[in-house]
Amino acid sequence: MNCDWIRQRMDAYVDNELPEAEAAEFEAHMRSCAACANAALEQTRLKLATRTAGQRFTPPAEFLQRMEQNLRPQSAKPSWRLLRWPVALPVAMAAALLLAVLLIANFQHRRAAYAELADLHVTTLASANPVDVISEDRHTVKPWFAGRIPFTFDLPELKDTGFELSGGRVVYLQHSPGAQLLYTLRKHRLSVFIFQDGQAWPGMMTGASSELSFHMESWSHSGLRYVIVGDVSDADIHSLAELLRKVARQ
Amino acid sequence: MAEPTTDTGTFEELTLPLLARLYNLARWLTQDAVEAEELVQESCMKALRGFGSYRQGTNFSAWIYRIMRNTFLTSRAGLKHTTISLDDEESDVPEPATVGTPETALLASFDQQAIQGALEELPLHFREIILLCDVEEMSYQAISDALGIPIGTVMSRLSRARRAMRAQLAGMPNSPRPRSASR
Repeated sequence: MNCDWIRQRMDAYVDNELPEAEAAEFEAHMRSCAACANAALEQTRLKLATRTAGQRFTPPAEFLQRMEQNLRPQSAKPSWRLLRWPVALPVAMAAALLLAVLLIANFQHRRAAYAELADLHVTTLASANPVDVISEDRHTVKPWFAGRIPFTFDLPELKDTGFELSGGRVVYLQHSPGAQLLYTLRKHRLSVFIFQDGQAWPGMMTGASSELSFHMESWSHSGLRYVIVGDVSDADIHSLAELLRKVARQ
Repeated sequence: MAEPTTDTGTFEELTLPLLARLYNLARWLTQDAVEAEELVQESCMKALRGFGSYRQGTNFSAWIYRIMRNTFLTSRAGLKHTTISLDDEESDVPEPATVGTPETALLASFDQQAIQGALEELPLHFREIILLCDVEEMSYQAISDALGIPIGTVMSRLSRARRAMRAQLAGMPNSPRPRSASR
């Protein structure tokens, strides 16, 4: 045992990871070697100082409250009247978070790909910044994605359809980047997800389906997989799907 | 040696006490308040969905941190850090001349602000292993589980991370800059 042996084990000693026998040898050496003892002292001081300095960020009280409400089992939840959502949060966000509670209570039984998209939809609605490009203009939203995702797509004209475009953002599903477009219909919000079709979608089927209270419709066109998720009727989702299919065929 | 952690309970019982710690780690990862909140929220939802795969009695904080880390690394912000440099594990971090000499100015720089600044400057994979070991006080085994790397790699990465941090604290001009994360 020499100073090199000690230095090689310095981290493990300070982290209390050295086997008992080696720790005893380590300490015996330090009693006779001031340089190694000083090095251990310095390392310990740095570790303790890092521990304090690393505890730097405290979560906002509103965030903790929101998370606790989300994580609490359904039976223990307070009634609607007792829920104290932050005043600044819009009612839609509160509704979305309640939907999240319903969703997460049944996560175990959901198909992976649909479940992931429902997660993304709920997370988006609950977010303070749901979209990265905020615009009702399809000619603003579509170009924004250029260079951010490895494909392009067309968006439909929405005049007199009841649908409004709110904006979009880049999302990742199974490590693949894609587009999420947020639409509004009679105060309901719908997400349109567009990804490259392929092996990442083994569970995806073309057609309509539902995930708990959400309705979905999915189809594939020209190598792209489209999925619409929302809490409106199947017919409404189908209408938006038809608009998207029509513009994609043009 | 560090005692293994044994965590048992419902998802709520295990997660609620960790929220503040998860948020702190998320802030260090994302370096943004809004993104940190979203990261914790999304990670908890994923963890709840996958709670069936958590083995009761194992280290829950390592398990949920792994989910949060993977969520971050596949997010828009995280992908910026995923340019893997295969040299990362082998690259040598310059040894500050002050190591092991407590009479130097290095000890004087052990103030909170200096350490926070040094942590911010570290590459992501160095920053997170120091946080897990020194702030979260995870054992090497728990860090190995959380990062999905062998214990030997935990030890070598931790050693280099601490050297890099000392280099930052000593103000070495050739100390490593943020650039990548190893998975």
